[in-house]
Amino acid sequence: MNNTELQNSLLNKFKPVLETTSTRWYVTFAVLIVVFGWGIFGLIKQITGGHIVTGMRDNVVWGVYIVNFIFFMGLSYAGALVSGVLHLFNSEWRKPIIRMAELITVISLIIGPFYILFCIGRLDRLHFLFIHPRIQSPISWDVIGIVTDLFGCFLYLYLSFIEDFALLRDQKEIKLPNWRVKIYKWLALGYTGTPHQKKIIHSARTIMSAMIIAIAIIVYSVLAWIFGVTLQPGWDSTIFGPYFVIAAIFSGSGLMIILMYIFRRLYKLEEYITEKHFINMGVLLLVVAAFYGYFTFCDYLTKWYGSVKINSQLIDKLFAEFNFMFFFANYIGIILPIVIVGIRRFRTINNITMASVIAVIALWVNRYIIVIPTLETPFLPIQDSREAWVNYTATWVEWSLMAAGVAIFIIMFKLASKFLPIISISEMTNEDHRTLKILE
Amino acid sequence: MSDKKKDKSRRAFLRTGLTAGLTAAAGLGGGSLLASKSLGTGSSGKVKALTTDGRLIEVDADQIEVKPDHENIGRKESMIGLTGRKFVMVVDLALCKNARKCVDACQEGHYLPKDHEWIKLYYMQDSPRTSPYWFPRPCYHCDNPMCVSVCPVGATYKRADGIVLVDNERCIGCKFCMTGCPYSARVFHWEKSEVEQPDVEYSPETNVPSEEGTVGKCVWCADLLRKNKLPRCVSACPMGVIYFGDMVEDTVTNGMETVRLSALLKDRAGYRHREELGTSPGVYYLPPVERSFTVESGFEGQDEEIIERYKGHVDKK
Repeated sequence: MNNTELQNSLLNKFKPVLETTSTRWYVTFAVLIVVFGWGIFGLIKQITGGHIVTGMRDNVVWGVYIVNFIFFMGLSYAGALVSGVLHLFNSEWRKPIIRMAELITVISLIIGPFYILFCIGRLDRLHFLFIHPRIQSPISWDVIGIVTDLFGCFLYLYLSFIEDFALLRDQKEIKLPNWRVKIYKWLALGYTGTPHQKKIIHSARTIMSAMIIAIAIIVYSVLAWIFGVTLQPGWDSTIFGPYFVIAAIFSGSGLMIILMYIFRRLYKLEEYITEKHFINMGVLLLVVAAFYGYFTFCDYLTKWYGSVKINSQLIDKLFAEFNFMFFFANYIGIILPIVIVGIRRFRTINNITMASVIAVIALWVNRYIIVIPTLETPFLPIQDSREAWVNYTATWVEWSLMAAGVAIFIIMFKLASKFLPIISISEMTNEDHRTLKILE
Repeated sequence: MSDKKKDKSRRAFLRTGLTAGLTAAAGLGGGSLLASKSLGTGSSGKVKALTTDGRLIEVDADQIEVKPDHENIGRKESMIGLTGRKFVMVVDLALCKNARKCVDACQEGHYLPKDHEWIKLYYMQDSPRTSPYWFPRPCYHCDNPMCVSVCPVGATYKRADGIVLVDNERCIGCKFCMTGCPYSARVFHWEKSEVEQPDVEYSPETNVPSEEGTVGKCVWCADLLRKNKLPRCVSACPMGVIYFGDMVEDTVTNGMETVRLSALLKDRAGYRHREELGTSPGVYYLPPVERSFTVESGFEGQDEEIIERYKGHVDKK
């Protein structure tokens, strides 16, 4: 199939999606909006009633919110990995999934930081972070890092959109309303596909792909240091930076596989997203799971083997109160993907997707048992405190806001896939850009 | 001892006089007069006052402009603190029997609700064979405070006289300082305070009126120190457990006796809690030796709710 044919067949494939909207789409959209709205209601409750409506108290000062914060920020690694690393290595198979990866990155980077805002008692003073910043504080590092990451990833995403915007502007096959063509025209920035324009875009994308890898590593390390720099048992660990980075790649590639599965079924993309993609992504997941498991083991082994009282208390708590979560997060969540992808007989699309779902949920639980048990095990035992304040249980407000985050993630994905083909047409039809040189 | 006490009170008197004198100079011009409440007002219409050059004189009452009891100390002033001082606290664990008067006085003085303790009492047992004891924990006002390092907006700060304060008008409520503090000394205003707040201008030295969604903690009653009074927990303690004083003067007092800090720490083997964390606390502890009461007597006469708070920890042994 030559490039023009491929382009036409792809346009045909996405014609129904871009032209019409089914009732089912509207129904799920409405349901998601309700879930999101419910979350907003919870947020209003929290803002008007104070943080007392959450399960957070003087010991567990951050709860499910910060878990969601690290979790969503981690998902954004899908982009850094698939579109960044694979773009740099110029792997051919990445092409159909690159757009999904970039969308995951930008969408989760938009959602993630909201969760840290929910931890903040005085949202009316948020601008103090910018007008009275103190660079000593890891939170200031985070502000700088996340803003840079968001900007960088958005730019990278947009660079990969330009050619498709131009394509949608120029094509005649899909009938689009006038206003949408106008938007495409405006967003395409006058791109016509001259060799010079191609060169610029491709060079910019190569530079950005290297940069977002670096930025992503920095941002996630900084995020880990919010915990790592404190003196708290379980957090005060040198491994936290790389451990968080690897965990993020783990969840990012897991989510990538899940979305590949969903879109493949939804838009019938079997001929583009093949078993090969699942196996390749699965192998990536396996390698990352191995590293992640190794880091987890290193972190807990040293705490468990030593005799430091406060570490023993933490480990005792993990093995008692949190034993089910610990087992699920750190055994099943890591070993299952390795076994499923590692043994050829189990290596099917369905199995790999199932393993990814479990891996992503297990990673969320892993974040939970990093945050909560430590906060419940301060140096001075929790005494002289109301009984109800000792242990943390998330309230409906926190769960609603978590559900709202998942809902808005899907909503944004739905909207994005309506606006643009979920497979990058220009990426699929482009010849190897390495032959193009910007300076001749 | 009595000499030292006298010396201390004389110094306190001089300082009060000096403050009054300086305010007078600023307000009414050089050589003018100003009475301070502590000097007392005569019934005959004459009052005693201190001139800027230190002479004690008598003047007519109607010539006097009375200085307000305490002027509001804003953020800037609260950051400077009291010059030439370095405050220190010593807690004598041998005397504490969980009377909880410190907690009550603190909560009353700072308009805190009952579940909001700036000073907490722990039932501590260091190792299985050693005797448990009561362990009061105010804010340690560390010399190397983690809470100050991690604050992203400069809402919490360490001043030269040793006190660590929180400015509730700057605090964004991110709670990072709460996870940063290894002593769990900080508390959060989770909701609008159920205690009615006084109608005063906010001061970081009192953290009153409290602001919902911000962090609070023990301030060593910086407002009282400015007036040469002891922190509320010190004066409220019936046992004289808590000594407070100045490292520069090398003197601490529990309101009953005034002693040399260095001698006290040396003779009674003073130590700081969790020295190994390197936070360098400003609070010293004296070991719980030769106690004349049982540790269980700390539960006598307490509300059921208070006893409940220690349940898991007492039964464990």
